[in-house]
Amino acid sequence: MEKFKKFSGIVAAIDRPNVDTDAIIPKQYLKSIKRSGFGVNLFDDWRYLDPGAPGESNAERRINPDFVLNKTPYDHAQILLGRENFACGSSREHAVWALMDFGFKVVIAPSFADIFYNNSFKNGLLPIALSPTLVDQLFAELEQQQDYRLDVDLENQLVTNAVGFEMPFEIEDFRKYCLLNGFDDIELTMQHADHIKAFEAQYYKKFPWL
Amino acid sequence: MAAQTLYDKIWAMHEVRRDDDGTRLLYIDRHLVHEVTSPQAFEGLKIANRPIWRKKSILAVPDHNVPTIGLEKGITDPVSRLQVETLNQNCDKYQLVEFKMGDIRQGIVHIIGPEQGATLPGMTVVCGDSHTTTHGAFAALAFGIGTSEVEHVLATQCLILNKSKNMRVTVDGAVAEGITAKDIVLRIIGEIGTAGGTGHTIEFVGEAISNLSMEGRMTLCNMTIEAGARAGLVGCDQTTIDYLKGRPFAPTGENWDKAVAYWQTLHSDADAIFDREVHIDAASIEPQVTWGTSPEMVISINENVPDPASETDRVKSGGMQNALDYMGLAANTPCKEVFLDKIFIGSCTNSRIEDLRAAAAVVKGRKVADTIKLAMVVPGSGLVKQQAETEGLDKIFIEAGFEWREPGCSMCLAMNDDRLEPGERCASTSNRNFEGRQGKGGRSHLVSPAMAAAAAIYGHFVDVRILDRNN
Ligand code: SF4
Repeated sequence: MEKFKKFSGIVAAIDRPNVDTDAIIPKQYLKSIKRSGFGVNLFDDWRYLDPGAPGESNAERRINPDFVLNKTPYDHAQILLGRENFACGSSREHAVWALMDFGFKVVIAPSFADIFYNNSFKNGLLPIALSPTLVDQLFAELEQQQDYRLDVDLENQLVTNAVGFEMPFEIEDFRKYCLLNGFDDIELTMQHADHIKAFEAQYYKKFPWL
Repeated sequence: MAAQTLYDKIWAMHEVRRDDDGTRLLYIDRHLVHEVTSPQAFEGLKIANRPIWRKKSILAVPDHNVPTIGLEKGITDPVSRLQVETLNQNCDKYQLVEFKMGDIRQGIVHIIGPEQGATLPGMTVVCGDSHTTTHGAFAALAFGIGTSEVEHVLATQCLILNKSKNMRVTVDGAVAEGITAKDIVLRIIGEIGTAGGTGHTIEFVGEAISNLSMEGRMTLCNMTIEAGARAGLVGCDQTTIDYLKGRPFAPTGENWDKAVAYWQTLHSDADAIFDREVHIDAASIEPQVTWGTSPEMVISINENVPDPASETDRVKSGGMQNALDYMGLAANTPCKEVFLDKIFIGSCTNSRIEDLRAAAAVVKGRKVADTIKLAMVVPGSGLVKQQAETEGLDKIFIEAGFEWREPGCSMCLAMNDDRLEPGERCASTSNRNFEGRQGKGGRSHLVSPAMAAAAAIYGHFVDVRILDRNN
């Protein structure tokens, strides 16, 4: 996993609650056995006017001109602004892979679905939960200014805008540590292999039927 | 010792270690695997040259991509076929137990786990699938994980997790005649919202819950994820134990007795404290029908589709309007005047034998309305299908005009050929009415099997309780 560095990025907004992972990446694309290449089908049903299929080129498909990610400068946005319960529904990690493949590094919303939240960290995508009031404010500012940017500083847990407004955010220490260092969870857990074996020894004595 | 919730008890039994920063390593007993979310995890193992920690914990099955018709032709879509073949290869290579296509035990992962007795009380159960919550019906801590976590469990038998909070939903009293687990869970989601359980594990208690069969409890826990909760739980009781006895993966002999003695402790202590409590009056629950594009957008059969104009919150009202537009419905339409194009009885929510019996009882001796383009029944597993055929349910469905299919996920998410066309409206016994879930532009209304069956007969929603049921 790449280390998460401080950056400044264009913000794109999707103004609806309960955006689900079926919307983020429709099921037909889950047939892939790879982790990459999902970006062109991110929000596929909203992004294109006609249906698509995995393995087919998107070049022939009619683009939905009204959808935010089809407009400049949002076609190279790195920060996605959403509403409550972002990425609810299916556990598909493909949702995270698609967002990252498109170029997103951060998603800001008032709340996230649990599984998506976990999946994000495993891939280096940073979900930031801000209060509904702050999120409202960001939506309002974005409406005023087309190429609205935010600076994200994970080390100091701060989101800042051009006029110096600072929004601190919460993140668990362990997750922050892994993101900043680009650590792989499995490697970290393997360091406790003896511990796991010791646990198993007493566990199976107690529960012999398992 | 302080009073513990069921969740606390199961957690404590599985905590391998706890770090100063609060992160914990949790041991996993059962790992269910299907073809969609596992290929990248196996690939990761291979690249890092890591072995599988405990092969015995794994039970694999293809379900999402399998066709429900013309099985002799195999999977015709090459992309789907590759995914299923990849699962087969991985299971063969690592010598894992897999119920391949053609095996009578093959079916939807959340149907076959319990059916085989592979889900036992007190276990931690994971699967790269959000509806793993289903297995909570057995007083097992069961939840969906992403592909990176699938790989993590394959390699270490553990997960790095934070403990969630405890929530208790009490359904007080008994439900009225004709009200099912599906109606209970839809009503709960309508009440607390799709983010209502976020960060929590929900334990379901109360007379209406104790009265449910294991299959009903599975329907209930299945949709806990739709309430945003990490997991759902029902305490272990005699119903649980009776269900498990004699199943292929369940313990036997002396181990059975030991297991039962332990399982009987798997309920919350009387004075355990929950972070959040919700009460629902069972008697007030009517047959439920979703009208929108989120499971929380749900009404009773005798209500009208709500009006966004009556919602003061701007974001919510906008969300309602979007949903109405997508669903092609006008505000204030009576639920009973919503006409359907297709009927789908299946999915890990409602494709067990009791579901099929409930639907067949409505259908028996009647005909599917002419206006319905397709009504299909997709049993949850080969064994469910076999049982239904032994009871003659297949004939009842076929005579009424239903299609009787092979087991799989089918039109629950339309990864195979079963899907809605743009604009088509479906009464579905599945769990998600998201935009495009059952096919791009398709419109899904979630209901119980009996309600779906009644809608097939009338061509529109009706209160199933007014019908004579032939059971
Ligand atoms: S039946 Fe539907 S919800 Fe259940 S596992 Fe299959 S696709 Fe997922």
